[in-house]
Amino acid sequence: MSEAVNFHFDVDGENFSSAGAASANVKKKLRQLGLSPEVIRKVSIAMYEGEINMVIHANGGTADVNVDDDYVTIILADTGPGIPNIELAMQEGYSTARDNIRALGFGAGMGLPNMKKYSDEMDVQTEIGVGTTITMKVKID
Amino acid sequence: MKIIDIKDLLDAELLCGEDLLDTEVYSACCSDMMSDVLAYVKDQGVLLTGLVNSQVIRTASMMDMVCIVFVRNKAPSEEMIELAKECGIVIMRSENRAFEASGKLYLAGLGRCPEDV
Repeated sequence: MSEAVNFHFDVDGENFSSAGAASANVKKKLRQLGLSPEVIRKVSIAMYEGEINMVIHANGGTADVNVDDDYVTIILADTGPGIPNIELAMQEGYSTARDNIRALGFGAGMGLPNMKKYSDEMDVQTEIGVGTTITMKVKID
Repeated sequence: MKIIDIKDLLDAELLCGEDLLDTEVYSACCSDMMSDVLAYVKDQGVLLTGLVNSQVIRTASMMDMVCIVFVRNKAPSEEMIELAKECGIVIMRSENRAFEASGKLYLAGLGRCPEDV
């Protein structure tokens, strides 16, 4: 790939049923770019978990995806409440999601751990009352 | 086994994806928790669930699954069926409960090594 490719999405925080649309779109675009199924799978899952988190916890936000020769980089930014304790939030099974979210099949406390698992590098910047920006990189083999 | 075998074994009603019934599948996962499906599933082509919302279709699509069986005769909405068509996923529903449906498919060899069947 000679030039980097960028995609931008607004993630609607009001509509749970449309959550994941940006990730589905990225999956389709990465296929068109000819990336390997394993890279596409990692990016799709990591981004989808992040997108769901933004809808559940932060009333939406933005998603930017950059593809260059070496990495797919996903930047998810929101202006939600922030994450009070990152260490706790990174633990498998820890969740602050309410029961109504669990009834929808999410909130098992696997979101952030999964995002870390499926990305090769992950950085979380968060400030209480200001928002959270998560950057994930998936290496292109 | 083929997806059409799943339909027959579970006496299921096909809701979309008739052209994909001959697709081979090798394993399945049964869960109402999409977080767990995203965390633990790998290379499982079939999802059995009693959860009914659009994120079931999205989750299956992200995991490259090809067939969803709604157990306990749960009925997905038109919107979900349209999304499944877009994603190339077969949808069916069965009166079987999740435990029964899983057991029937497992006994028939889904998710097991051929020499164990």
